Amino acid sequence: MNRIKTLETRDLKKSAQTGGCGECQTSGVANQPCENPSK
Amino acid sequence: MVHQYKLNGYDIVLDTCSGSVHVVDDVAYDLIALYKEQPEDEIISALMQKYTNRPDVTEEELRTCLSDVKSLEAAGKLYTPDTFESMAFDFKNRNTVVKALCLHVAHTCNLNCSYCFASQGKYHGDRSLMSFEVGKRALDFLIENSGSRVNLEVDFFGGEPLMNWDVVKKLVAYARTQEKPHNKKFRFTLTTNGMLIDDDVIAFANKEMHNVVLSLDGRKEIHDRLRVDCAGNGSYEKIVPKFKALVDSRGGQGYYMRGTFTHANPDFTKDVFHMADLVFDQLSMEPVVCDPADPAALTEDDLPIVLEQYEILAKEMLKREQEGRGFTFYHYMLDLTGGPCIYKRISGCGSGTEYMAVTPRGDLYPCHQFVGEEAYKLGDIWNGVVNTAVRDEFKTCNAYARPECADCWAKLYCSGGCAANAYHASGSIRGIYEYGCKLFRKRIECAIMMKVAQADLQ
Repeated sequence: MNRIKTLETRDLKKSAQTGGCGECQTSGVANQPCENPSK
Repeated sequence: MVHQYKLNGYDIVLDTCSGSVHVVDDVAYDLIALYKEQPEDEIISALMQKYTNRPDVTEEELRTCLSDVKSLEAAGKLYTPDTFESMAFDFKNRNTVVKALCLHVAHTCNLNCSYCFASQGKYHGDRSLMSFEVGKRALDFLIENSGSRVNLEVDFFGGEPLMNWDVVKKLVAYARTQEKPHNKKFRFTLTTNGMLIDDDVIAFANKEMHNVVLSLDGRKEIHDRLRVDCAGNGSYEKIVPKFKALVDSRGGQGYYMRGTFTHANPDFTKDVFHMADLVFDQLSMEPVVCDPADPAALTEDDLPIVLEQYEILAKEMLKREQEGRGFTFYHYMLDLTGGPCIYKRISGCGSGTEYMAVTPRGDLYPCHQFVGEEAYKLGDIWNGVVNTAVRDEFKTCNAYARPECADCWAKLYCSGGCAANAYHASGSIRGIYEYGCKLFRKRIECAIMMKVAQADLQ
């Protein structure tokens, strides 16, 4: 039986390579929408 | 780093450095807790003993679960090592641009709220209004210092910004003329106590304000206890109809109610539900941050009450959502799939670097909560940032700036917390406001539980 279910989340490790564009809104921090979520 | 907790019938496992969220059963919950502590055979033995009456818990099942945990670890979704700290130390060398200004268009107010961090709007100084010329120069300063960033934000703040409404309108009009020549897009917001809202304010706000923040503390007796005019009269009856008219005219979008709870109402969910029952559905309710000697200050005895209130709020929100009368709560609006990247999560709100406050006479401060603290004055809108030491202090004030945060699972959600709260609690922006940390961690636990519950319902 499957005892672990993993929710879909943004990969923070990957975002170190693709994020950082700086176009996001100032801020709360954790609920802030990313302007480039496809990355 | 892994954080495990149980809430509302869910067993939840968070992997801090990948951002992964796992929902597990009680067996996997226990197995993950032991995974780094004991050899595999000892884990199997311990769990076989604990779940001896459970027919579904066999050695084969446990080894399968163990294999799943190993797979998640290998995939970088569990026990992910923290490799971000070195990035945080490079932040001082980052070239940052200014992307948002808080324009203090009025250092005066028509209310006299005793808990006001801005000292009834005066910020410990004289009453004053920002002139159009100062505001225009502030907008030019923002354009000049925003580099290639397109989206710029300006918040009209106070005091009470509606006490200088004509200047607000002129500044918006001026900013619009500058968008095309400079390839910029201004996003305006307005924070108001509502006393001066009229048809003109509503029409202009609906046309130009991306968001309006409306100050309401909830129940009439709570709101009127502290939010009074200079004659001591409560403001609830005057502002609620105005807020309703404004929100209704905006189609219920682009606003939120912003309340403050104090020692007088640690049972603040009653105030949140009151606002929801008034037809407002975009809500926030913030713990007061003030001198511990202030009668409004939250106490250690209030803490367990407040923590429980956050859980009550999350459960009630899920219930109301199911009933088709849901509402949002500022701190529970996590975006797990499209939320901020790691750079944003480390650096936080950008106060003192990307975001600054401008006083009526044009002085620059790291944020609205530092205005009036002369040691933190950054410069002014004509000469720019001249106090580079303070700016650099803010540049490196991030999720990795405090040794106390090293073992905190929530540091990539709070980004090290609010610098102003830390300063007021400890005297240093690198200090710790532990009371606020406890509240923040509970809010994140509740917010993630809601995401889990919503996924479960789907």
